[in-house]
Amino acid sequence: MAGFRIAQIKVGESCSIARKRAHAYKLPSAYKQEIMTNITAILKKEFRSYFNSPIAYIFITFFLGISSWFFFRSFFLVNQAEMRGFFGLMPWIFLFFIPAVTMKLWAEEKKLGTVEILMTLPIRDYEVVVGKYLASFALLAVTVLLSLVIPLSVSYLGDPDGGTLIGGYIGLLLMGGAYLAIGLFASTLTENQIIAFIFGITTCFVLLIIGEDIVLFNTPNWLFPIFSYLGLGAHYSSILRGVLDSRDIIYYLSVIGFFLYLSALSVESRKWR
Amino acid sequence: MIEVRELTKSYGPTIAVNQVTFDAHAGEVLGFLGPNGAGKTTTMRILTCYLSADRGSATVAGYDVFEESVEVRKHIGYLPESAPLYTDMGVIEYLNFMTQVRHLPKSQRKERTRAVIDICGLEDVIQKDIGELSKGYRQRVGLAQSLIHDPPILILDEPTSGLDPSQIIEIRNLIKDIGKEKLVLFSTHILPEVSATCSRILIINDGKIVANGTPDELSSQAKGEDTVHIAIRAPQDAIEAKLDTLAFVSQWNHVKTDDGVVGYKITAEQGSDAAEALFHVVVENGWSLTELRQESVDLEDVFLNLTVREQE
Ligand SMILES: Nc1ncnc2c1ncn2[C@@H]1O[C@H](COP(=O)(O)OP(=O)(O)OP(=O)(O)O)[C@@H](O)[C@H]1O
Ligand SMILES: [Mg+2]
Repeated sequence: MAGFRIAQIKVGESCSIARKRAHAYKLPSAYKQEIMTNITAILKKEFRSYFNSPIAYIFITFFLGISSWFFFRSFFLVNQAEMRGFFGLMPWIFLFFIPAVTMKLWAEEKKLGTVEILMTLPIRDYEVVVGKYLASFALLAVTVLLSLVIPLSVSYLGDPDGGTLIGGYIGLLLMGGAYLAIGLFASTLTENQIIAFIFGITTCFVLLIIGEDIVLFNTPNWLFPIFSYLGLGAHYSSILRGVLDSRDIIYYLSVIGFFLYLSALSVESRKWR
Repeated sequence: MIEVRELTKSYGPTIAVNQVTFDAHAGEVLGFLGPNGAGKTTTMRILTCYLSADRGSATVAGYDVFEESVEVRKHIGYLPESAPLYTDMGVIEYLNFMTQVRHLPKSQRKERTRAVIDICGLEDVIQKDIGELSKGYRQRVGLAQSLIHDPPILILDEPTSGLDPSQIIEIRNLIKDIGKEKLVLFSTHILPEVSATCSRILIINDGKIVANGTPDELSSQAKGEDTVHIAIRAPQDAIEAKLDTLAFVSQWNHVKTDDGVVGYKITAEQGSDAAEALFHVVVENGWSLTELRQESVDLEDVFLNLTVREQE
């Protein structure tokens, strides 16, 4: 059984620091309430609108279809129930699906002109960005949750490796989350959904392969550590091995934070053009 | 409630808004009039914090548009040009979303939604998706959205475009009604609309404010002279002798003589109440009056005078 360990984050300690900080700056609770209301309203609206159009259904169906096909194929061919192939394939499947999920988030608003009402509501730009991001993340989470059917059948058919499984699912959500942030940013740049889609795929692709051996082999030495750190894929495969390292988690959270920040900047830049 | 000082905004080489300065107060309906590309939409976008200006300042409801934009946005309702709405949402769903982001207390949400449905005449379409609605109904949903939190300031970009005549009249009445206590700033190309609705008119051309005043002020400013049409039953010589002695008459033209009734077109100094004075003259002389009509200067003339770009 592969090891499954969380690198030492002193959870209790960091929480209490955070609490002290919050106390020191002490946001008025009405203000916090307002931020929550805004983000939730946007989140709900966007999440519902996924189900008002075919995109959510297509995403869920395709994802479940492809993942179960790969799983059962390996099961019947090799007579071995394992998820490694499934998880290994996911970065490439997400590459096409996730930019399709995020492409409309801003591009459509710009095209329809609804962004003008949205951004003149008493909501801060970053609240809209976060709300939209969380909506797309919720769709991803629902889909990934539904695909739990597969590992459940694994545990029925054979002896699943709990560590790989939990690690794999966390890795899936983290990597998908990073793709979503990139796709969201791509969507802020244009009012054309197709362009947003292509730009999203390209950026995710570059970030995915940048840490691969073939690429690293050809990079100059001084770039080597940067590339190998920035590559989305390397962090994912280390999570897949069942090692949930805090550095990988921090890496993914930084990528998400960075692209959400860029999105907020990009949205705000409308004012100056 | 709105104070705008020397607001300037360019898109690359195009100066869309150029040194615009004006004030507006509660209880006013301010009409924003100007030809295509004059800068009306751009000005409104700056006031609603959608865009920033290059120079100048603006405060809305006492808050700075650039520094305290969230506060500003809480105090305004905004209907952008051509009412952009989410076509995949239902009418009720959309209004519901608006009550949430406008932070209406839960207890008031239903009530306010009901109220704007009544005000904007949406009863017949509440079951539909916005995508299924006609242009006019979309416009009404857009208006409903801007009214839902009962804002003290309402900014409407061409609110009556795409509406049928009876709805236009309803919206104008609504605007007047709201303008009794609040501030309404709306833009339009339609001249009769401003004279019918506004307490004050701002005419903007090429990004600059070229006129600012009540409809009456603007009409009289334009000519500086009033024209009176008069017809009197009296001897022509006597009338003309009398006209020559009247100080306020700057010019008179004999128009027609018809069956003993003599008609004149008289040009008088502006603001001299020429019609009334002439009436007294007629009475004093024991003549009889068959026609008396003071011509009001058409706003259309004012508008054209101020906005037609100088050729050559
Ligand atoms: N996004 C933009 N990029 C570049 N130029 C713009 C942009 N928006 C407006 N302009 C220019 O700014 C000027 C003012 O435009 P604006 O939309 O404010 O006019 P308007 O008075 O609302 O006209 P209309 O009556 O046609 O709605 C025009 O010359 C227009 O071409
Ligand atoms: Mg306009």
